[in-house]
Amino acid sequence: MKAECGRGWRNDAHAKVTGATKYTDDLKFARLLHAAPVYSDFVHARLIRVATEDAQRAPGVARVLTARDVPGSNRFGQIIRDYRIFADDKIRYNGDVVAMVVAETRDLAIRAASLVRVEAEPLPAVLDPEEALLPGAVLVHENHGSNLVNTHRIRRGNVDEGFRQADLVIEEQFRTQSVEHAYMEPEVAVGVPRADGVIEVHGSMQHPFSTRRFVSACLGVPLSGVEVVGTPMGGGFGGKDDTAAVVCARAALAASILGRPVKLMYRRDWSIRESYKRHPYRVSYKMGLARDGRITAVQCRILADGGAYCSVTPWVTWRSTVQCCGPYVVENVHCDTLGVYTNNVVAGAMRGFGSPQMNFVVEQMVEIAASRLGVSGVELRRRNMVRQGSVTVTGQRLDSHKVAMGEVLDAVLAETGYEEKLARCSRGASDGDELYGIGLAMSYRGVSLGAEGVDFCAAMINVQPDGSILLEAGVHENGQGAESAMSLIAAQELGVGVDRIRYRRSSTSNVPDSGTTVASRGTIMGGGAVTLAARELKRRMAEAVCGRLQCLSGAARFEGGEILDPAGRRSVSFDEAISVMFATQHFPHVVGVFRAPRVSWDEHTGQGDAYFTWVYGCQAVELSVNKRTGKVRLLGAVAAHDVGRAVNREMVRGQFFGGMAMAAGYALHEEVRSKDGRITTLNLNSYRIPRSTDLPEMKAIIIENPDPQSPSGAKALGEPTNEILAPAIANAVFHATGRREFALPIRLSAAPDDPPQEECRL
Amino acid sequence: MRLNVNGRDIEVSDAVGERRLITFLREDLDLTGAKNACDIGACGACTILVDDEPLKICIKRVKDVAGRRVLTIEGLAAPDGTLHPLQRAFVERGAIQCGFCTPGMVLVAHAFLLRQPDPTREQIRKAIGGNLCRCTGYQQIIDAIEEAAVHYRGAEAPAEPARA
Repeated sequence: MKAECGRGWRNDAHAKVTGATKYTDDLKFARLLHAAPVYSDFVHARLIRVATEDAQRAPGVARVLTARDVPGSNRFGQIIRDYRIFADDKIRYNGDVVAMVVAETRDLAIRAASLVRVEAEPLPAVLDPEEALLPGAVLVHENHGSNLVNTHRIRRGNVDEGFRQADLVIEEQFRTQSVEHAYMEPEVAVGVPRADGVIEVHGSMQHPFSTRRFVSACLGVPLSGVEVVGTPMGGGFGGKDDTAAVVCARAALAASILGRPVKLMYRRDWSIRESYKRHPYRVSYKMGLARDGRITAVQCRILADGGAYCSVTPWVTWRSTVQCCGPYVVENVHCDTLGVYTNNVVAGAMRGFGSPQMNFVVEQMVEIAASRLGVSGVELRRRNMVRQGSVTVTGQRLDSHKVAMGEVLDAVLAETGYEEKLARCSRGASDGDELYGIGLAMSYRGVSLGAEGVDFCAAMINVQPDGSILLEAGVHENGQGAESAMSLIAAQELGVGVDRIRYRRSSTSNVPDSGTTVASRGTIMGGGAVTLAARELKRRMAEAVCGRLQCLSGAARFEGGEILDPAGRRSVSFDEAISVMFATQHFPHVVGVFRAPRVSWDEHTGQGDAYFTWVYGCQAVELSVNKRTGKVRLLGAVAAHDVGRAVNREMVRGQFFGGMAMAAGYALHEEVRSKDGRITTLNLNSYRIPRSTDLPEMKAIIIENPDPQSPSGAKALGEPTNEILAPAIANAVFHATGRREFALPIRLSAAPDDPPQEECRL
Repeated sequence: MRLNVNGRDIEVSDAVGERRLITFLREDLDLTGAKNACDIGACGACTILVDDEPLKICIKRVKDVAGRRVLTIEGLAAPDGTLHPLQRAFVERGAIQCGFCTPGMVLVAHAFLLRQPDPTREQIRKAIGGNLCRCTGYQQIIDAIEEAAVHYRGAEAPAEPARA
């Protein structure tokens, strides 16, 4: 890798920095039609009629589509098929789409969309997740029988006994807010009817395979009749799974019906109105501790507002359950988790996936406990944290990999000079207006899908007769650099320069369905498949030339574009070996499949080997709080994460900083606000993501403990970096002000409740 | 009316002058580096330079830049494809992830460095404060701009934007 890749190598960087990259909205198609979704003003209503006649007669309109036009299934969902392509029986939240106008231009489609009239019988809306569970509550889905989407639980040890052993019991309530992914590129899709009968889909999505499933079900055609083509995308963060797929399905449906390419490009306000969010949580948390700081018991109740449709609420809340005690060993645990339907905006996958909420709780609880016991937060963490061979709260023994909890904690303490700075914190008292605080938080995180479902991935290496290499893996380029990571892994395994490798434009018709590129699984799963493919290719190449090398095929080494015998005396170039393979009628074409090692889960007890491996992270932040205004200013942040193996160092650092920035927004200003079930923060002026001026200088400490179960050695990074800065900030705010903050976003009392909207700088 | 885009003079009718500038650039000239992302001038993904000053064009019309010199991201690299030192720094410092904000970010940085070739990191932070990025946390973008600044100083002044 060294010399070839230089600093910050990416296969797509040149195109992106010159503006040459073609994202979906940049593609041009002959005879392209444009679509616009139609929403209603209702939050919860029984649909009577969608009157499309006026819109249908408007200038330039090709067709107005409603649920009636869907030839296949109008309902979809990865877990419960309750989501609609178009609302058919009810409107369940203000973002439900009742129709779609297709016209010659986007402006004409938008104009005509306002002419669609929705007749519906308004129903009382249930907007509070606790109320949704009360007997007699209005039901979001009548045929579901209740508003309970799912439950999870952990029953470990005996909590009553655990609390009896405790010298200190603390109990607190926490709340977190609804958060928007705010990918810079809104949802967009183009459906293209091809002459061969295939509907081709170009779009911005993280899960081409679920997109293909939804499109094929919607159209009533086989999977082979839909081809989802990899297209550069402007960010996902977990947010381009369900909604993005339905946007693709609508574009494909219109294209199929009208026989012309159709583009559905979302406006930002549509995107924020309709797309799913990070779940707002309410958590009641009770922790018992012995005088020596040992946590004796945890009892918690986790309530997640899933909004109007199921999406992946059962999976998100499952991770919250598994990680409900943070990275601490607790013998007695009683956890009840509930996912609930309401008429709020749908909640689903977002970077962290149920962990940011729980870490906000747990990492404050341990500090509350520490201060009550008169020990330092760091000491209390060390007393309880997982170590090599520890057993987690779900009964999993951590012995398959290096448990690096202490290593990341030590790294952050040393880098920040934490203990010395902690002593200098203001704790509510300072001479000037500024209060100073430092805080930290840490976590462990199960990697990839775990017991959520089937977890395997394919990669294909196809070496051409001239020795150039085509590579494709079943993971998707979301902007994170997946293609580059796959290329670097292949190059290193094959001992060739990365310039020899061209990552193929991916297609669902080419690479096997390898699932979704979420759960920080891209590098470990895709990289595992690439590594195994490369090893198989090496085996075949070595067999072809071992006669010339006069060694056993298994002994050949691949280095510097050559294949060498063990002593390095004889060599054959990579190109030559490929020539030999073609000459002897062997294709250098291989498929690698990485199957995640076995996991297990007992839903009744909440016990099992939840994930096949884990990662460990710690972050600290320094900040000041203005006594008069309540304004929080971040002064610096440091993170240490065990990434297994850093495949592309600059991109690894980018994941650190991007994750921390997003978490800073989560902590301090991001919130999807609604009034009576209608979102009011509909654009990037009112929904405020961090600007450069909101953020401090950040430092990334990369810890590498290659994982024995990961063929490439790499583990996970995208989400771990996003899940602990909010509690670190909350702890730092406490050390600055002397006051605990139990709700996100943190708004200090001296600050105005509703921060003024950022002025747009034009 | 006439405008100059990436060194090329373009004559447009009054009717075209009334059109949205971003649509004109993206659809008529196929200069798709400027992105539609918020439509209200809040995010900066549509930023171009007009007479070396950044302009968020999603709410501008073609006539707003009549008679002026427009530089889009497509005009920054040399005609033979050689990256401008600022672009090279973005690549090498890992300042690019999804890339959707990158064209606007590079252009804002370019305009800033032309004015202030010896900036502090705090000044760089402020200069890009109107351009949103959701992927990078800005850290490596600031690194890249800081590293490229040397090319804007004194004798090492950068090649002027390409004039096709």
